[in-house]
Amino acid sequence: MRQLLTVILVLALSLPLFAAGEKEASKEIPDVETIVNKANIVAYYQGADGKAKVKMTVTNKQDQKRQHEFNILRKDMEDGGDQKYFVYFLKPPDVRKMVYMVHKHADPDKDDDRWLYLPALDLIKRIAAGDKRTSFVGSDFLYEDVSGRSLKEDTHELIKTTDEFFVVKNIPKKPDTVEFSYYNVSIDRKTYVPMKMEFYDQENKLYRVIESKKVEMIQKIPTVVKSVVSDLKTGSKTEMEFTEVKYDIDLEDIFQERYLRRPPREVTR
Amino acid sequence: MMRYRIIIGLVLILLAADAVVQAEDVASEEKADNSIFSKLPPIEIHGFYDSRGGYRLRKDKYEKDMSIMEDRLQLDLSSYPDWGDLKVKGDVIADWVTERGDFDLREANIFLRPNDFLDLKVGRQVLTWGTGDLIFINDLFPKDWQSFFIGRDNEYLKAPSDALKAGFFGDWANLDIVYTPRFDPDRHIDGTRLSYWNSNLARLAGEDAVIHTDKPNSWFRDSEFAVRLYKNINNYEFALYGYRGYWKSPGGQTASMSQAIFPDLNVYGASIRGAIGRGIGNLEVGYYESADDLSGKNALVDNSQMRYLAGYTQEIARDFTAGVQYYLEQMMDFSQYKNSLISGPARDRDRHLITLRLTKLLMNQNLRCSLFTYYSPSDKDVHMRPNVNYKLNDNTALEIGGNIFFGDYSNTFFGQFQNNTNVYAGMRYSF
Repeated sequence: MRQLLTVILVLALSLPLFAAGEKEASKEIPDVETIVNKANIVAYYQGADGKAKVKMTVTNKQDQKRQHEFNILRKDMEDGGDQKYFVYFLKPPDVRKMVYMVHKHADPDKDDDRWLYLPALDLIKRIAAGDKRTSFVGSDFLYEDVSGRSLKEDTHELIKTTDEFFVVKNIPKKPDTVEFSYYNVSIDRKTYVPMKMEFYDQENKLYRVIESKKVEMIQKIPTVVKSVVSDLKTGSKTEMEFTEVKYDIDLEDIFQERYLRRPPREVTR
Repeated sequence: MMRYRIIIGLVLILLAADAVVQAEDVASEEKADNSIFSKLPPIEIHGFYDSRGGYRLRKDKYEKDMSIMEDRLQLDLSSYPDWGDLKVKGDVIADWVTERGDFDLREANIFLRPNDFLDLKVGRQVLTWGTGDLIFINDLFPKDWQSFFIGRDNEYLKAPSDALKAGFFGDWANLDIVYTPRFDPDRHIDGTRLSYWNSNLARLAGEDAVIHTDKPNSWFRDSEFAVRLYKNINNYEFALYGYRGYWKSPGGQTASMSQAIFPDLNVYGASIRGAIGRGIGNLEVGYYESADDLSGKNALVDNSQMRYLAGYTQEIARDFTAGVQYYLEQMMDFSQYKNSLISGPARDRDRHLITLRLTKLLMNQNLRCSLFTYYSPSDKDVHMRPNVNYKLNDNTALEIGGNIFFGDYSNTFFGQFQNNTNVYAGMRYSF
């Protein structure tokens, strides 16, 4: 009984402290570069490596659905720097066992290296470095949404700070290479998870929104486990759900030809 | 032979059925102890049903008007015990052109990864290497040219090999060795489905002059070796190749000229592939040493050749890719060839070939329009492969396409197929 009382007392005393501490922290507003750097690491560089099973559902205006399921593995060469991605498709059946591999370069002047493995032909195709703002396997997500847009591509400006979010406006340095004129990102002040990205077209009209619908703590890392992109122009919507998320899995260098032809079991399961 | 293949097909279907039963048993948490597969992990079943038909656009007096008309069920069974991967994949085919049922075992193999530096794959398998796009120099694994020209899916261009593939992986480089104990030739043009230039008759021919072959056919004696030594340096892929075997499609004929033969062939080659500017560039060369006719004097055996390929692919607009290739096939002993020519017009010493691939994706990448064109300025012939593929939903795809040939002469590689120009339509349900 006494112990319980002590606990209650300690809690009661410490709560206001916590609250005060938090308020104190939130008053200090870091500069915009710190915010975007932190958000970039949180969104794309969690752990040294990671794995997830992804279910992607595209729903068009007519409510027709297409579903992709794939395992995605990532390994960082350095935080905020180069990365390697390995995507092993499970569904739909015509792309089953297909592998898409990327060696992503953080330097915006260096194109990513991409490969595709087609199992029926046992063929490894090298894919020309394409427009990164092309649809990822027919969904409303773009390649750049999946692997991240280099921070060096945009200028950043903190336009609003609310109790919950830092809102950062991003203006492309090379406007002719992208379809948007700018986009705003609402970054959670506590976790630095980008919760909402809003893209505006040349007429400053909002036309595309990416939202983090569900965030979970996985291995103490805030992780977006459900995100949705809505294309307001076409009325199409794509939802990505992440399950079996694991970080720091001591991934070997599977990002090479040997494993394209036959990935290790951890990848295919 | 036919009956044997159909029986294998039936066995495959029964295995699939057994696997389904087993899967249901697992679902109801009962153990299928009467199944021979109860010791294996669950068997995964996939595959597709494909139906397609096509017609010739020109009258061909040696072939049927129907270029393709077939229903095909592919079953793909795989199981993954701890020690390796097991895979069996085969097609049961109702071919309405030949009016036959058939079974084509595409794969039946075991894959093992015993340690960090070795991969092994034993059994029937599809093998590919090299850098060309629908042009092959150092890839001497069997091709199915008939399927390619009558409008089957591109995957059927590769015919399976019965082989052992060993991959050795090291820090310095990687080495693949493929041993095929009995020669696996191409499923080459033989007059049965496509009319062709018959040099002995000095005219086009088809069903009336089906090519009979004398094929090296004994196990372990008539074997093939293919090796590839490769390394990736800063994402530039370097490779050296070697091959010891036979011309994959007939490369000569017997002295009586009654049978086509597959003379000895050794190939030595190299390739490099990597990023150039905004695109991907590739270079590949190969020396085809016609080992039964090193001097080039034997009119009954094909001359040695040098083959060169340079290619470049780039995305030229969003979801729109273009690829060009230049290919050169050069006879090594042309004067000897010309002096010893028995019949028919002589071919040129050099065969130049240019290819262009255009691919455009539309409607959320569910509609793919592509055109692949071969054009030979030296042979003055063209082969075009238009194709439109629409994914109706996650399981069903519809397709139309064509194989168009034209040329100034009937004896050139593509020109000979002029009367085989065809269009086709197909539907595929994958599961």
